[in-house]
Amino acid sequence: MSSARRTIADLRVFGKGYIRNGAALFFGIIFPVILIGLFGAIFAGSGSGQVSVYVQNKDAGLTFPAHINVGAQFADAINGTLPNGTKVSGSWPINVKALVDPSENFTKYLADHSASDGIIIPENFTASFLAGETENITVYGNPTSSTNGIVIGTVEGIATSFNLNYFQQKYNDTTPAIINIATATVNTQQTKYIDFLIPGLIGFSILVSPMFAMVNITSEYKKTKLFKQLSLTPLHKMEWLASKVIWYILLSVISFMLLVAVGIFGFGAHITLTPWLIPFLILGPMLFSSLGMLVGTISKSVESASVLGNIITFPMMFLSGTFFPLSTMPQYLQSFAHVLPLFYVVEGLNNVMVYGNISAALIDIGVTTLITVIFFVAAAKLFKWRED
Amino acid sequence: MNPIEVRDLKKYYGEIKAVDGISFTVKEGEVFGLLGPNGAGKTTTIEILEGLREEDEGEAKVLGLDPWKNGYDLHKRIGVIPQQFTFFEKTTPREAIKYYAALFSVKVDPDEILHQVLLEDSAKNRFENLSGGQKQKMGLALSLVSQPELLFLDEPTTGLDPTARRAIWDVIQGLKAKGKTIVLTTHYLEEAQHLSDRVAIVNHGKIVAMGTSDEIIEQFGSGERLDIHGSPELADYIRANTELRVDYDQSSQCLSIPLVRKIDALAALAAAEQSGLDWGEVHTTNDSLEDVFIKLVRGAVDESGNVTTGDNAPQTQTQKMTKRRNK
Repeated sequence: MSSARRTIADLRVFGKGYIRNGAALFFGIIFPVILIGLFGAIFAGSGSGQVSVYVQNKDAGLTFPAHINVGAQFADAINGTLPNGTKVSGSWPINVKALVDPSENFTKYLADHSASDGIIIPENFTASFLAGETENITVYGNPTSSTNGIVIGTVEGIATSFNLNYFQQKYNDTTPAIINIATATVNTQQTKYIDFLIPGLIGFSILVSPMFAMVNITSEYKKTKLFKQLSLTPLHKMEWLASKVIWYILLSVISFMLLVAVGIFGFGAHITLTPWLIPFLILGPMLFSSLGMLVGTISKSVESASVLGNIITFPMMFLSGTFFPLSTMPQYLQSFAHVLPLFYVVEGLNNVMVYGNISAALIDIGVTTLITVIFFVAAAKLFKWRED
Repeated sequence: MNPIEVRDLKKYYGEIKAVDGISFTVKEGEVFGLLGPNGAGKTTTIEILEGLREEDEGEAKVLGLDPWKNGYDLHKRIGVIPQQFTFFEKTTPREAIKYYAALFSVKVDPDEILHQVLLEDSAKNRFENLSGGQKQKMGLALSLVSQPELLFLDEPTTGLDPTARRAIWDVIQGLKAKGKTIVLTTHYLEEAQHLSDRVAIVNHGKIVAMGTSDEIIEQFGSGERLDIHGSPELADYIRANTELRVDYDQSSQCLSIPLVRKIDALAALAAAEQSGLDWGEVHTTNDSLEDVFIKLVRGAVDESGNVTTGDNAPQTQTQKMTKRRNK
């Protein structure tokens, strides 16, 4: 009971001091938000162009009386190229990311490529089209995604154009439509850069605030003998540590909420918010508070603590998938990332928020827990109030 | 039982004998000063008593407790200002007092404590903006929160300007008047003399002298002397006509006669009068605590507490009897 009171008393004094320290507040809370604004704006600009779609053309075409493949013509039209070979002028909303081999399982292919937008052109499309028989073009997409509507609209436009073209040529009539548009729902959410960026920056803020602060505090208090002084009060070192951990959990939660809000409302990010995030928001700050304290404790001076802290923090900051998805990095860096504690936090957050892959997230929770326990025990053991 | 009992305390750091067999007792309500240059072992001694360091040998009992083994219990009953007191930069004295009150589970009136240490005016200033003297006062304030029976003040005025130092002295004297037992370390002779009932002079980890200032001067001083302003001839005359030893200092043209008995002064003056030679100002002198200190630590101590070598040490200064008696 009195232990809790002491912890809270220490938390209040520490929290007040933290809030009064503009620099700490800036780096802990404001800086990640600036980063998300910055990165979000940079990459939102480049991504706002065309919607990429995967196209599977199952149509083999005809070889007699002439070589003709209306399916291929349709696929070209999706890319903005008319059957007569001219490019559509002006901005065209979609493009073909890749032509998928007809033998592939299309839904699986989309899932494997974290994509939702796709189009299937059926077998015998050419034959049916020329015979005036109705055929369905199937547009795959996630109805919750804005890109889905763009793709459907565009494909409908192309189909109408093909229909008109055919009947104008053949009957000079507009009555029946041969090409219908069918839609199919794909659950894979096409991940955008902003979707990766949110868990990445949450990881960044979970790492940076407690890590830098604890490295500094632990080495500084040791130098100025503030620990010695605290040891002359009934405050236990574990109570002191607990108050720091609680503070950085609170900060992480605030930072988390800010980043999620900016990501969703500012950049239309698609992320899932579930209770599975909670373990990371608790374990993360605990892990890096302990690691920071460990670095500060084993260092002989404030300066060497700061150097060691930076050596540990900076690679982790850039190579754990915080700013860019790991998959964009060379293989050896991806392997290296697995020794960085932050990797498991960021990967876990991605698994929960972006991929909805809870079973993979459980492994991350397990690894993070293990690392946290190791660092926490080591820090608590090596850290001394008094000297001998 | 005395609040502090120390017997043959030793603490070594490798080859360095930081504390090398120190014994002393502090009585209730007493201000006890540990005086010595930097590196003499004062802080190590006081930190062992506070339970911050473990002794290698010997025994220390503080309020009847072993400070190292029972540190947690002891800390609730003692107040401490460590050397160069620091605190959380963004915290104000008032907040700090409330914080300590919560840690010690005591109810205190922050204003009363701030008043006691003369810090009311800066109650709401952050620690980082306080002056050196105010910071030390805040340290004193925090050491009082738990209403301790015993206070340890480790160099409470080091680095402060004379005005701030005086202000801290006032606070300490106020605490003494309230009957607190206080252990004080300092390298300022004046401070030790001004505040302490008894002083232990510490050098190279050992106590080289202990007692009241007068007792130490009595024991280690060169005793009372009669100084007469006059010529070398006068010195020769007195030597020839009395049993007295006469030292002569050429530069100041001054005879100096150790007084084994008070009556020796009369014999010397009678001889001077008989000589028919000119003689001027006459006064008696005695060693100050500083003279004794310089003799014992073989050098003076500068402002920051370091020993200046014997050669550079200021010459032994004399002090008029009347001045010392007034103390």
